[in-house]
Amino acid sequence: MSAPAVLTAEVAAVRELARELVAITTRPWTLMEVCGGQTHAIVRWGLDQLLPPGLKLIHGPGCPVCVTPAATIDAARTLARRPEVILCSYGDMLRVPGSATGGDEPGDLLGVRAAGGDVRLLTSPLEALALARRHPDRQVVFLAVGFETTAPATALLVRQGMASGVANLSLLAAHVRVPPAMAAILTAEGNQVQGFLAAGHVCAVMGTTELEHLVDRHRVPVVVSGFEPLDLMRGLVACVRQLERGEARVANAYGRVVRQQGNPAARALLESVFEAVDRPWRGFGVIPGGGLGLRAPFRSLEAEARFADLQGGPAEAVEPVGVCISGSILQGRARPVDCPAFAGACTPEHPLGAPMVSSEGACAAYHRYGRRG
Amino acid sequence: MAEPDPLATPRIQLAHGGGGTLMQQLIDGELRRLYADPDQVLHDAARLSLPHGHLAFSTDSYVVHPLEFEGGDIGSLAVTGTANDLAMAGARPLVLSLGLILEEGLEMALLRRIVASLVDAARRCGVTIVTGDTKVVERGKGDGAFLNTSGIGLLQVDDPIDPLAIVPGDQLLVSGDLGRHGVAILAARHGLDLQPPLASDCMPLWPAVEALLAAGVRLHCLRDLTRGGLASALQELAAPNALELQIEEERLPVVEPVRRTCALLGFDPLHLANEGRFLAVVPEADRERALAVLAPAGGTWIGRVAAGPPLGRVLLRTPFGSERVLIPLSGELLPRIC
Repeated sequence: MSAPAVLTAEVAAVRELARELVAITTRPWTLMEVCGGQTHAIVRWGLDQLLPPGLKLIHGPGCPVCVTPAATIDAARTLARRPEVILCSYGDMLRVPGSATGGDEPGDLLGVRAAGGDVRLLTSPLEALALARRHPDRQVVFLAVGFETTAPATALLVRQGMASGVANLSLLAAHVRVPPAMAAILTAEGNQVQGFLAAGHVCAVMGTTELEHLVDRHRVPVVVSGFEPLDLMRGLVACVRQLERGEARVANAYGRVVRQQGNPAARALLESVFEAVDRPWRGFGVIPGGGLGLRAPFRSLEAEARFADLQGGPAEAVEPVGVCISGSILQGRARPVDCPAFAGACTPEHPLGAPMVSSEGACAAYHRYGRRG
Repeated sequence: MAEPDPLATPRIQLAHGGGGTLMQQLIDGELRRLYADPDQVLHDAARLSLPHGHLAFSTDSYVVHPLEFEGGDIGSLAVTGTANDLAMAGARPLVLSLGLILEEGLEMALLRRIVASLVDAARRCGVTIVTGDTKVVERGKGDGAFLNTSGIGLLQVDDPIDPLAIVPGDQLLVSGDLGRHGVAILAARHGLDLQPPLASDCMPLWPAVEALLAAGVRLHCLRDLTRGGLASALQELAAPNALELQIEEERLPVVEPVRRTCALLGFDPLHLANEGRFLAVVPEADRERALAVLAPAGGTWIGRVAAGPPLGRVLLRTPFGSERVLIPLSGELLPRIC
């Protein structure tokens, strides 16, 4: 009638891969799992406890909510305070603190809502178009965040928004691209990362071509990995195998989902609307090619073009002040438990930094699964 | 044929709580059937003739949304929940009071279904509703219906069933698979079309407790796994005695539809509410006897008790052999599920 939370066959396979990993690892290696979903699975299932002693995992920045600059959230807050604006975004985004403090209002979008702003949660970008149609007398602004995974859905909104001719829909476009951030990590001073578990769902859309370029330039193994314990163990084994042999290439350990060419329809949609632009990432500063900006024919939909409040140059990535070390955590230079505020001053109920807010943040993963040091 | 006029649908009005004719019609037409002795409804207080012995007394309020879901409704919850709280103290549930706070505009047909459900649940739990009260609040000031029940039960154990009775070496068992009620509520609330539908596990717990006692099992502690699920129950038991509760994740019973729904929505079955499941803490010597009683209904052993740190902790051993500390659910509570 009832079954255990994990299938027996999967348990046996994971244990076998853990034994294999111990057997093939002869030297210390440091790998980064790029995606926050992977971090959650690793901490949830305690997979790091199964690794050979010298094999170290660093948690990557792969959480779009976490890397959205404080200045972007500040801009969204500024707009949300305007009486004619309906500001909408995804759930986690509403709780991320911006840089502005002062006053009694919490520094997130929900704080603006509590003070009377019209801030709404969406589960699909197309809901923003429906809102704009329903409220022709208001200005609907969609704070569009996410990696290459959610950008195609935003692209669809942009195309339908343009086609429909609605005059009261605009975007704060904050989409980001993962491969440039991986390059930024590799070229940062003091980098320790020797191999990547790449984010499987990004590759499901984009394919593996961009990763080939990364490998050509930086000579590190990159293994496309999924999010289940077995997917992650397969990725780790494939990555360590390359390192031990002195190889560096793109491997796909998530073949049940990822094709080399990705999802051509989604890619075409994304590329028709967006182009690579330099963009600040929280914790990193400006990453060359690290963002997706609207192509020229669609720029009339940018909120910056509609609202004078936002004009005055691109947003700087202002870091949170105080004890929060989320910048170092996002770059993989520190672990959540290294932060003096972790699980004390900073909790999911009262987050100081974005990685504690987002369901994909590393601090949230450590907190949720009881890691305390 | 013409559409039925929604304004013609009989609904609760403020005057149904006003003490006048409409209220009398509500009581006579809808509520009198709740009482085993219909004349009880006329009195300000119930007169009880209870067996001699020690009594248990418990109260709980029910604010579930939506009011009806697969496998139950607020009525079955209100009776079963309080009866189960009594059972968790080792008491046979005997009598209940019932407070109804109805919102103006509640459809009479829905109230009728809730009343039928209350009657049916009382029969299944072996309790009698002996006194009650009804109020109506203005539209917008309630959520259809809020219910409160208080119950009295007759204690059937000599040693108190109490978290403080738990000692290192005790064994942990659950009475059935986890998370069905939580998923049924989630599905109803978010319009998830689960195929086949997954029904709430809402059911009386006293029969299982009575069977454990009849089998001679010494019950150190019982805890129903309602709001906060198994995770919260374990937390609450670990702390007061500085215990470490060691759970084998592989042994936790979760049916496939619950597992899949949780995986999809990012919930952990350990945190989902149940309305017909409990945790039993028994001495090691009684483990097999307890299992023999619980296993036929899906009960299973899930772990053991050891001495722990000063604030206690719950340690989960994953199927892969790794360990993690289970912390109380935070920041993502599912509101109003029971």
